[in-house]
Amino acid sequence: MSFNEWFNKRFPADKMMREHLTEYFAPKNFNFWYFFGSLALMVLVLQIVTGVLLAMNYKPDAELAFASVEYIMRDVWGGWFVRYMHSTGASFFFIVIYLHMFRGLLYGSYKNPRELVWIFGMVIYIAMMATAFFGYLLPWGQMSYWGAQVIVNLFETLPIIGGALSEWIRGDYVISDITLNRFYAFHYLIPFILVALVVLHIIALHETGSNNPDGVEIKKGPKGNRWSKDAPADGIPFHPYYTVKDLLGVVVFLVFFFAVVFFFPEMGGYFIEAPNFEPANPLKTPEHIAPVWYFTPYYAILRAVPSFAGTQVWGVLAMGAAIVLFFFLPWLDRSPVKSVRYKGPSTKVFLAIFVVTFLVLGWLGTEAPSVELTAMAQFLTVVYFLFFLLMPCYSGTGDNLGFSGFLLFVIGLLMSLGLFYLLWGETPDLSTAMKWFYTLVTIAILFFLGVKPGWIRADAIKPVPERVTG
Amino acid sequence: MTDEPVDHKRRRLLTIATSGVGAVGAAALVVPFAGSMVPSEKAKAAGAPVKVDISNLESGQQLTVEWRGKPVWIIRRSKEVLDFLPSMDGQLVDPGSEMAQQPDYARNELRSIREEVVVLVGICTHLGCSPKYRPEFAATAEAAFLCACHGSRFDLAGRVYKNVPAPKNLEVPPHVYTSDTEILIGSDSEAA
Repeated sequence: MSFNEWFNKRFPADKMMREHLTEYFAPKNFNFWYFFGSLALMVLVLQIVTGVLLAMNYKPDAELAFASVEYIMRDVWGGWFVRYMHSTGASFFFIVIYLHMFRGLLYGSYKNPRELVWIFGMVIYIAMMATAFFGYLLPWGQMSYWGAQVIVNLFETLPIIGGALSEWIRGDYVISDITLNRFYAFHYLIPFILVALVVLHIIALHETGSNNPDGVEIKKGPKGNRWSKDAPADGIPFHPYYTVKDLLGVVVFLVFFFAVVFFFPEMGGYFIEAPNFEPANPLKTPEHIAPVWYFTPYYAILRAVPSFAGTQVWGVLAMGAAIVLFFFLPWLDRSPVKSVRYKGPSTKVFLAIFVVTFLVLGWLGTEAPSVELTAMAQFLTVVYFLFFLLMPCYSGTGDNLGFSGFLLFVIGLLMSLGLFYLLWGETPDLSTAMKWFYTLVTIAILFFLGVKPGWIRADAIKPVPERVTG
Repeated sequence: MTDEPVDHKRRRLLTIATSGVGAVGAAALVVPFAGSMVPSEKAKAAGAPVKVDISNLESGQQLTVEWRGKPVWIIRRSKEVLDFLPSMDGQLVDPGSEMAQQPDYARNELRSIREEVVVLVGICTHLGCSPKYRPEFAATAEAAFLCACHGSRFDLAGRVYKNVPAPKNLEVPPHVYTSDTEILIGSDSEAA
């Protein structure tokens, strides 16, 4: 008996290899957007490896942390390289994940039967945000300290349990050595949970099979290809076809990645913010504080919502809702087709508006607030929510709106009215032209994408081909 | 082994009882586990009072000391500022200090024990940034304190302006004058 046979009788290594690589048949028409899943996995591995190496020299102690990071940068052989890979890797992880999520939006990859793939993915996204947040405190710079101060205080705005909850998170009445110590523990723990979640994400994906740019289910198509007579005719083995394709993506990705690591590790203050080169000082807040870029769209939403009835909790709830709504995409999208290629113009237009909204909100979140920018953030916050709330209207055929779809439309309408009240009642310093612009665009979105008269619906959906194209 | 048939009713009861007791035991672990994350005795004890000598504090000057890890400001207000403050009442959320943001002895129009000296916790009641003191605006409606994080404004009694994100006035910490020129911050009585 060969060693291989001995081993495989005891552990299904060959079987797993076949099921997930050499005999996992993925649609043959993957395009550019399908690079980012495997890239995300590679960045996760890079983050864990560089993170463990950093942990060997880092000290999670308020007195020592800042100096230990400087020590890594100056005295540890290759320390600067490992640290810049880790800090750049955090930002690139989010770039890759945002592109990966956008791919899901484009081709309807979240739709039946892949709802769980999408939900596991969203849990991964939230776990990533938690890891990034905990990690940002560790260098114990000014931005680390005050960023954590603001984020932990978000929980304090929750009614009744807020005070006790934020104390429980900090383990102290202020951000302190105790907080740093536990954030380090969480920062080290969550990536391993992430690995487990990635396994769930992939198992769910391989159970249903991958979606593709046409949104055609290859498993429902004809059977038989040159590797197997039972496999989908439009499928090709993941290995070697997509492993080799993804390797090309890895090479191009690493060119950009190391260009940043070597030449722009701070990325003009977007990847590493300037105040973080100063040790944390609990007595002085930096002139302007903003989270790292990947959180700023949500931060802009948080700031856009004013306090009401003596509490600031509304902004916190809006920020939470902005993330939670993604989980419901599989049920908000009522379109009979998956891919944007065969969806109607309203979906295409709104998806484009949403991408621009997300990017501009991200920019607004990095800027100091002013009357004009706050009004813009309030307007874009409403547009952001309308993308989700009106989705049953503009993605559906009109006869599958249902009570839930109607209810969401009403919520969107109320949010728009709230925006008009803020613009016309509470923002006297904003120019009338801008007020009209925001008002009319919001009304146009509500009308064309929500109410959607028949003449737009007429050309809504193009016929989907039987087999994948290209 | 007996040949008696399995008593399914009895078996189900035992399964439920065993699982139930096990689940309660596992759930009880939450208490010590989550409890280990609340502020420790050391963290609770760290709030020792701080003595501050204000003999050299000039009019308009700000002194910042650390108490319980937070900045505490001591500012000597000029006559001009003291005359100006009552005129702000209409633009403030809580001009009369109705909310419990101060000890009773500072629950007055100027939110202080002595008129000219104000003691405040320098942490914005919105999301905890430390607002910036701008002495040049002390006696103007522009506001003496501006929080750079989210734009909240406060006057020189720590009272919050309307239409800003912060919902409450700045906190006045417990403090007591131990002599003409010395304040004990974090205590209501000289003995502490």
